[in-house]
Formats: sequence, structure tokens, C-alpha cells
Amino acid sequence: MFETIGIWIAALLTLCIFSFLYKDNPFYKFAEHLFIGVSAGYWACYYYHNVLQPNLFVPLFQEGRPIFIIPLVLGIMMLLHLVPKISWISRWPLAFIVGTYAGYYLITYLQTNALEQVTATLVPLVTFSSVVLFVGVTTGLVYFFFSKEHKGTFGGIAKFGIWFLMIAFGASFGYTVMARISLLIGRMTFLLKDWLHIIQ
Amino acid sequence: MRRQLPLAICFVMGVSMVVQFFIPHRVSQEFYRTILDWYRIVFAFSLVLGTGTLIKVHWAKISKKSKGWQYSIITIGGLVFMLAVGFITGIQEGTLFMKIFEYVEVPLEATMFSLLAFYIASAAYRAFRARTVEATLLLIAAVVLMLGRIPFGYYLWHKIPGIAEWILTNPNMAAKRGIVIGVGLGMISTALKIILGIERSYIGGGK
Repeated sequence: MFETIGIWIAALLTLCIFSFLYKDNPFYKFAEHLFIGVSAGYWACYYYHNVLQPNLFVPLFQEGRPIFIIPLVLGIMMLLHLVPKISWISRWPLAFIVGTYAGYYLITYLQTNALEQVTATLVPLVTFSSVVLFVGVTTGLVYFFFSKEHKGTFGGIAKFGIWFLMIAFGASFGYTVMARISLLIGRMTFLLKDWLHIIQ
Repeated sequence: MRRQLPLAICFVMGVSMVVQFFIPHRVSQEFYRTILDWYRIVFAFSLVLGTGTLIKVHWAKISKKSKGWQYSIITIGGLVFMLAVGFITGIQEGTLFMKIFEYVEVPLEATMFSLLAFYIASAAYRAFRARTVEATLLLIAAVVLMLGRIPFGYYLWHKIPGIAEWILTNPNMAAKRGIVIGVGLGMISTALKIILGIERSYIGGGK
């Protein structure tokens, strides 16, 4: 019984969203606003049960570890952003988050995005694929070097880099199209199979 | 106090996170774990702040009877209902909370993204007009990739899936690697500017 009601609700909401293909209308707006509200509620509950409960409330109130008062106070200070007169207090926890994030990712990005990518590119050029990789990375980087005008030989190398970038964008585009078509097939299958039982 | 202290906190936390990486000691590792736990907790509060701001914005629309205020009732209603259900029943598998997620959230999200399949067709028409070398390369890469991912591509020419795979793992990878290196260097310089207090837009304007 519950499943049948659920399928009907899901089907009607699906049709509400698809109605946008005709034009913007109240059914679409209803589904859109419901989506925002339900999503916000879902993630708020998810973070409460999976982050705040096990990492803050259990250690602080059940295990009696007073050190966890610090993140609790920082969290409450963060919420003071909603009170205009003392909203400046929320800068402290914000600075804590931004500083921690910046320090953490300074090393992480240096390792993964810079050093490891360069190491993986600088290999003996013994196969056609390794030549393509090396040429693609270097010409791509030349294109992203904007401190020198893209003219002459430098401009030619940069142009070659653009070609590699275009192939990558084309590949990403093709991938995105396939992913969206898969989702569309999934919704159509749901409507025709689970809801209307037209197909088996 | 209002501007200097946040900058000092940011500097101390940033430098501490960098320094601890180079000290493989038990105390340093404990510090790292504790700070990351706190980071997660404070970040979770920032999501609560986001939810509060959402309610504030929509409440203002309702009280001012702004255009489309009726829809704001739907948003706040959905949010409050989901919160109430989540706190009363919990979020385990089989609860009402997860049923709502399954029958409301998932279909809405999937349908919203599947709508793009229609609009991407018109975007493809504009992007794929092979007027230049660049547009032609984009067109060829996209078409080969799409054909290579479906059985029809194999029936057209059995080598298409292999070519698609080669494009993905070589020229595509080369360009992505260039982008990733660029993004990495950009992130490193931005992180340094934040830690040193040169980039301070996160603390906003005012006193």
C-alpha cells in the first residue's frame, strides 16, 4: 500500500518536472520548491545524525570529554551570523574553517595536482600514447600561460594546446550527454514500467 | 578584534596544518585528527546556518507577500516536515524519512537532471557546427565517445569502442592533466594568500 502511494507521488512529481518542457508553469514551480525544501531537510538531518551526533554530542555528553566544548562553541558562534548585530562573531569559526581548509589543501594539492601529475607525465617517450600525453600536457600548459602574448611560435604551440583541450571538452560533452540520456531512460522506465505497467 | 583576530586564527590554523604534515609524530597526528574532527563539526553547523538562511529568505517572502510567495510555503513546509520526520523516526533504512527520500527526493533530482538531455540537444547543435578546426575536433571527440559507449557504435564499426577508450585515456587525459596542474597551482597560491592574510574576502566587508 505504502509503496503504491510512493510510486504515485514519484510519478506525479516526475510529470510536474517534465511539464517544464512545455513552458514554466505552477506544477513545475511546485515541484521545484518542494525539491529545495526536502533536500535542505534531508541534508540537515543527515549531517545531524552522521556528523554532529557521533562526533560531537556523544563524546561531549555521553563520554564526558570536555574538549569538545570548543567545536560546539565555534559552531554556535557560526550560527550567530543570523543575528545582524553580532554577526561579526561568526568570522571566528569561519576563519577556523578557511584556515584549516587552506593549510590542509595547500599540501594535498601540491602532492596530487602538481607533483604527481608532473611525475606521471615525465616518462620515457617510447610509445605513441606517451608522446601524445606529453605533447598534450605541455602544449595545454603553454595555452594557460597568459603572461606572454600568444603570437609566433609560442602562439602556434598554444593553438596546438587548444586542439587537445577541444578533444577533452568534446569527450566530456559526450559523456555528459550519455549520463543525462541514461537518467532520462531511467525516468521513462519508471513511468512506463513501475507506474503504468505498460512495459515488462 | 573583529577583523584582526579572524586573520590570526586563519594564519595559525593554516600554518599548523602545513607544519603537522612534516612532523610524523604521534602528537602531531593526534592534533591532525582532532582538528579535522572539529572542522567537520563546525562545517556541519555552517549547513545549519544555510538551512536557517533558507528559512529566513522564504519567511521574508511570505511575510511581504512577494511574487510567488505561495511557493515559499511549499519550500518551508517540505523542509520542516523532513526535519520533523528525520528527528522523530531517525534516518535508518526503512524509516518514513528514507521512504520520502526514495519517493520524493530521488525522482525529483533524477528528473531535474534528465531534463538537461533535451536542452543539451540544442546546445549540441550550436557547438557541433563544424566551422573551425576546434569545433570539428569537439564534434569528432563527442560523437566517437557517444558511439563508443553504446552497442550501436560497435555494430557500425567494431573498432569504435577502442578508439573512444584511446581518446579518453590519451588526448583527453593530457588536456585534463594540464587543467589539473593549472588548478592545483592556482589552489596553492590562493591557499597561501588566504593563510598570509592577503586574500581576506571571506571575512566580508564592514568593521
